[in-house]
Amino acid sequence: MKLKGLLFIAYFAMAMNLSASTNITWWHAMGGRLGEVVNEMAKNFNDSQSEYKITPIYKGGYEDTMTAGIAAFRARKSPDIIQIFDAGAATMINAKGVVYPIADLFDNYGVKFNAKNYISGVRNFYADSKGRMIGTPFNASTPVMYYNKDIFKKVGIKNPPKTWEEFEKTAALLKKAGYIGLAQSHSPWIFAENFHSRHNIKLSDKNNGFDGLATKINYNNPAMVYHWDKLRSWATKGYYKYYGKGWADNQQAFYDQKVAMWLGSSGSFGGLKKGAKFEFGTTYLPYWSKFIDKGAQTFIGGAALFVFSGKSDEKYKGIAKFLQFLTSAKTQYFWHKETGYVPITNAAYDLAKKDGYYKVSPDAEIGIKQLSLPAQEWTKGYRLGNYVQIREVMTVEFENIINGKKSASEALKSIETKANKLLVKFAKTYK
Amino acid sequence: MKKVQFENNFIPYLFILPQLSIVLIFFIWPSSMAIYYSFVLEDAFGISSQFVWLDNYKDIIFDSQYYSSVVFTIIFSALVSFFALSAGLFLAHKANGIIRSKGTYRTLLIWPYAIAPAIVGLMASFFFNSSHGDMYEFLNQIGWEFDPKSDPFDAQVMLVFIASWKQISVNFIFFLSGLQGIPKSVLEASLIDCKSSMKRFWTITFPLLAPTTFFLLITNITYSFFETFGLIDTTTRGAPMGETKTLAYKIYQDGFLGADIGGSSAQSVLLMIFVLLITVFQFKYIEKKVHY
Repeated sequence: MKLKGLLFIAYFAMAMNLSASTNITWWHAMGGRLGEVVNEMAKNFNDSQSEYKITPIYKGGYEDTMTAGIAAFRARKSPDIIQIFDAGAATMINAKGVVYPIADLFDNYGVKFNAKNYISGVRNFYADSKGRMIGTPFNASTPVMYYNKDIFKKVGIKNPPKTWEEFEKTAALLKKAGYIGLAQSHSPWIFAENFHSRHNIKLSDKNNGFDGLATKINYNNPAMVYHWDKLRSWATKGYYKYYGKGWADNQQAFYDQKVAMWLGSSGSFGGLKKGAKFEFGTTYLPYWSKFIDKGAQTFIGGAALFVFSGKSDEKYKGIAKFLQFLTSAKTQYFWHKETGYVPITNAAYDLAKKDGYYKVSPDAEIGIKQLSLPAQEWTKGYRLGNYVQIREVMTVEFENIINGKKSASEALKSIETKANKLLVKFAKTYK
Repeated sequence: MKKVQFENNFIPYLFILPQLSIVLIFFIWPSSMAIYYSFVLEDAFGISSQFVWLDNYKDIIFDSQYYSSVVFTIIFSALVSFFALSAGLFLAHKANGIIRSKGTYRTLLIWPYAIAPAIVGLMASFFFNSSHGDMYEFLNQIGWEFDPKSDPFDAQVMLVFIASWKQISVNFIFFLSGLQGIPKSVLEASLIDCKSSMKRFWTITFPLLAPTTFFLLITNITYSFFETFGLIDTTTRGAPMGETKTLAYKIYQDGFLGADIGGSSAQSVLLMIFVLLITVFQFKYIEKKVHY
């Protein structure tokens, strides 16, 4: 009995001791290997000082995390930091008073900060119309192509296709050898949003939504119709296979070596390196030379960290410190190396170069190189409201095309009508 | 018999207070909130909110996805109820006739009832997985190009199959107890009158089971409307082509993932009315044919 009492006291003493440091909660969506790296980074920060303690909590996928954050905010129990994905950016940035803009946080708590330090593809995506950053980019990625070098060698293909025209020839050779040419893991992200960027095509009115609340999406254009008609014909020819809307199912086909090329995220690099039982290479996202002479840059996907408003001064001090740590060149380089997400600052990129990382694994540089291609008018990305729902509409209609239920132009027209309705609704919400 | 009469008027109310408060907190309050939100347009975080009258309902009326969800829900619940009820009845009838080790049979048949829908969904997603699922391989080997990830029909077949499987054990328990409640004398009398066991079953046993069947029909329909949520969320998530979305799942997707509180509340109000109509219909027309 006595021992129990003593233990109890000891436990309380420990609890008291722990609560002496300010606890900061961080909700994130990084599962598997990525989650391990997140925990490691948090641990490194916690070990580096004793005033603040970061507690990362895994909340499921991107959508789940955002949903949890919204519910928590409505119940006045929001976490301190939350990771929000690209499609949710408009919802976060337009909600006045929900988030504490990163630029203000850094200014008020004495962290030196210059948006110019961020690489060009990353700088504007989470900033307001004046270029002030609202969220800090964290895991920035971009769609790239992975190809199975073993299969390519076996079939006698030297180089991966640069353009979709070349792809048709490559896929025909692969098909003869019994392989499916292509799979991809995210139709809206790769074959719509970044397709627009790669071909420098306007995505919506109001400057892709950056200058205000957009109400007219531009997915029904000749290049998109052409591309989706082609995808449909590739699906019937066996050049391309759709393994459903799940990310992992499409990636699995690449792992299983049923598919020779897979379009995924530059952030998939780390996982592939660990899991693939064959040699693979990375290359740029193909483009149609019919529509653009040289493929333009893509923009970032992935997610950013947002700080909720209404927390104590003490907490904000710690959050500023932690975000400074997280965006430092050293941490970013570590993150880049472990996961394949692109380094978000020029300093981190330089560090990786200086360290000779790209000499050892040149494939890891493709993502950042593609993001750093010269910027053009419509390569900055997009900011559209209700976009999670719009993506759901797109997924359904794209499946209609692949299954031959609708022609590409019918489906894209339907996407436009439905998406515009959702955009108008979003604009009305903020009137 | 002596009639007990409370002298004070408030004591009976005190007795029903727990029940009443449960109804108020868990049914009346949330439903009225849903009705309120269905007239409101609000951003995800609840910062700006405005009254929009029937706009949310108008949006639903013009949404083709909503109708395909209605059609799917009706067909899905009809099929699931049919298969789960007939399989449950068949097994109960057979188990009732067993003489040796009937306890073992019954226990084994009741087991699946204890599995949560989400777990059933997870198991199913392993069985039907395209890269290492046994069911997937089997169906493809017998010549069906089965692919629930991209073919909506295949996905619907898969969902009906697992949703029915999950419900069979519940139906089994109730049918078994219903069968045991049938007086032996009636059965013995029928044995003298009729030689065909099939005919005996349909003319004597089945009509006597009617109260159980009616009760199960209602619970099975509610089950396929609402409880299959966990199944869908762990298997198809409404894909492919959005054709495996029950009304309850669509409400979740639009409201929680899409952060459209007004629209999804309007959908839940419609669903509420829909279920109300079904229940009224059942009690008014089908129950008349049931003899207790």
